[in-house]
Parts: sequence; structure tokens; C-alpha cells
Amino acid sequence: MNIIEFTLLVWVSSLLAGFVGSLTGLGGGIIITPVLTLALGVDIRYAIGATLVSVIATSSGAAAAYVREGFSNIRIGMFLEIATTLGAVTGALFATKISTGTISMIFGLVLLYSAYASSRPRHQRTGDCQPDPLATRLKMNGSYPTPDGPKAYCPQAVPTGFSLMFGAGILSGLLGIGSGAVKVIAMDQAMGIPFKVSTTTSNFMIGVTAAASAGVYLGRGYIDPGLTMPVMLGVVVGSLAGARVLTHAKTRWLRLLFGLAIGITAIEMIYHGLTGRL
Amino acid sequence: MVKQTLQWTDQYVEELIGNLLRVGVTLAAAVVLFGGSIYLVRHGLAAPRYHVFVGEPADLRNVSGIVRDALSLRGRGLIQLGLLLLIATPVARVAFSVAAFAMQRDRLYVVVALVVLAVLMYSLTGGHL
Repeated sequence: MNIIEFTLLVWVSSLLAGFVGSLTGLGGGIIITPVLTLALGVDIRYAIGATLVSVIATSSGAAAAYVREGFSNIRIGMFLEIATTLGAVTGALFATKISTGTISMIFGLVLLYSAYASSRPRHQRTGDCQPDPLATRLKMNGSYPTPDGPKAYCPQAVPTGFSLMFGAGILSGLLGIGSGAVKVIAMDQAMGIPFKVSTTTSNFMIGVTAAASAGVYLGRGYIDPGLTMPVMLGVVVGSLAGARVLTHAKTRWLRLLFGLAIGITAIEMIYHGLTGRL
Repeated sequence: MVKQTLQWTDQYVEELIGNLLRVGVTLAAAVVLFGGSIYLVRHGLAAPRYHVFVGEPADLRNVSGIVRDALSLRGRGLIQLGLLLLIATPVARVAFSVAAFAMQRDRLYVVVALVVLAVLMYSLTGGHL
């Protein structure tokens, strides 16, 4: 296999990664990392560099559409980014002192449960929602487009969501991946934010978290231009396609896709915990 | 001044942020595509060697080296420059949010965005974080 064939193969996988990543709010890592390391035998450090870039590309590519269409909530995103960025810095401080294998295992098991919990259809509260005083002070209440016109929502349990986001940040600082899953779960399950708003706001946020560590990995020589080029170009196209689909997609299907995706992530994390690879 | 505050509605800010992200990603992708074509023309028939980690050469690890390589139209340098533009896009988005919230006279969120920007800058420049 020469570089042209290799590049094409990586590009096609990245198309799919960007598509799934932008629909689920997870970024493209769950597909790109195993394709590169397990299928193509790429060293994990090059794969980490390429994955980080893919997360930024998915996030920024799809967010352009999601923000303009009114799905992503900029204030919720910005406020919770305090927790995720601080968490990421904290996690990176401990990354060299803690056995990441054990953490991967625990995280994988938690995700397995979450995969089940979040793929179940949720009872949508009908009628006007009760605004939470803290969320109102933080101007988090909003509305998002649905087939029946704009629908209002009122986030709840801001402190719980904020703490979970801090945890998401720590995990991404420690393990390099997996923070998108916790972000979506925190907003969807803990804060009661509509699913599409949760995934698109997570998608909006993950670019910032990834950009924070990208500088470090560039300095360490993990970001290889030849390998990352098809990843970036594929993911951008895939994420734009995903953004087009999301508007009309049924929430039920998005939940199933999300559950499936974090189920795969869970298995990847447990595999990583057991073997130290991936 | 009242008129000014009225113009910077949430919707207008969302539009601007959407455009900023779009321009950032498009520009980055164009540079990566250009660099990638040069790289493939020159090295496309060689065998990929990614199974052993050797790390990137020093000039592809820092901003000044990347810019130098890109200016001499080296494929890998150009790709790396495009990737730098991509990494800068979310950072620019946070920086722009500070200004946008200031125009909206939303002091709380100016502080929120500034804190995020500060942590981001700290970890981008901190080296080991």
C-alpha cells in the first residue's frame, strides 16, 4: 500500500467519523482512533494527534451550522466550558501520576450503563417548563427549532451539570478522549436539556477542550501532517453532512445512534484498560 | 448607545460566531488541501511509515518553523500551517465571544468568556498541560 492509497482509506473513514461525530456531539475519535491503530497499525501517539485534530474539525465544521440555526446554546456552552477547561488542566496535572488503565476500565463500565440509559426514549415534558432560578440568572433558558416551530426549554440542576462537566474535563485531560460522552450525558440526563441542544452544544464545546491540548501534542511531535491531512479533510466534509441531517433527524434515532456510539466507546475504553493499547 | 445594544441581539451574535467558525475551517481546509496535493505529488508512491513513532522533526513542531516551511511551499509545512489555523479557530471563537458579550453589555458572560480564554491560553502556552 502506498501513501496515496493509505490517504484515501483514511479519508473515507474520516468522512464517516465526522458524520457520526457531528450527529452525536462526541467528535470523531471513536471511529478514527481504532481505524488508525487497529486496522492500519498506526502508532498510538500519531493516532492521538490525528484524533485531536479531528475533534476540532468536527466541532468547528458542524458548529458553524448548529449555532446559526439556533440548536447550540452559546451561553450554556461558554459557562460549562469553565468547568471543562479547568478540569482538563487538572486532569493533565495528574496524568503522569495515575494509572490510566484503571480509570479507563471504570469509565468504560460507567459508559456502558449510560449507553443503555441514554438510548431509551425519554418522556418529554409537555407544556411550559418551570425555569430554575440559577439557570435563569445565568440566562440559560432558551428555545430550539423543531418541526412544530421553536420550542422553549429550561435547564435544571446547574451545579450538578457543572460538576459533571468538571469530571468530563478531568477525564479528557487524563485519557485524551471520552469527554464528549460525559458532556452530552450531563446536559441531557442531569440538566434536562433537549437532546438535540445537548449534542450540538457538546459539539460546540469539544473544539475548545481539544484545542487546549492540541498545542501540547504539536510540541511533542504527535501531529503528523501526512497522516492528519486526510483525517482533517474527511472529517470536515463528514461533519457538514451530519449537520444537514441533524435538523430533520428524529430524536429517537439520534438517541439510538448516540447509545450505540458510546457503547462502542465503552468497549474501547475497557479494551484499553485491559491491554494498554488503543 | 441603546441602539447599539439592540443591534447585538443573540441571533446576530450567533450569526457572527457561525461565520467566524465557517471562515476558520474553510481557510484551514484550503491550506491543508493545497499542502496535501504537493505532498501527495512528491511522496504519494512511497510507503507510509506510521507503525513506529519517531515524532515530527523540530521544524514541524513549532509555529515559526511551520511558517518557514510553508513559505518555502513545502507540502508538509503547508499542511501543518493549515492545522495551526484549525487549532486557532476555537480560540478565536472564545476571544470573539468576550467582545460580543461586551457589546451586549452582558458583564457576567464577559467574565465567563474571559475565564475560559485565560485557562485556554494557560494550557496552550503552559507546555506540559
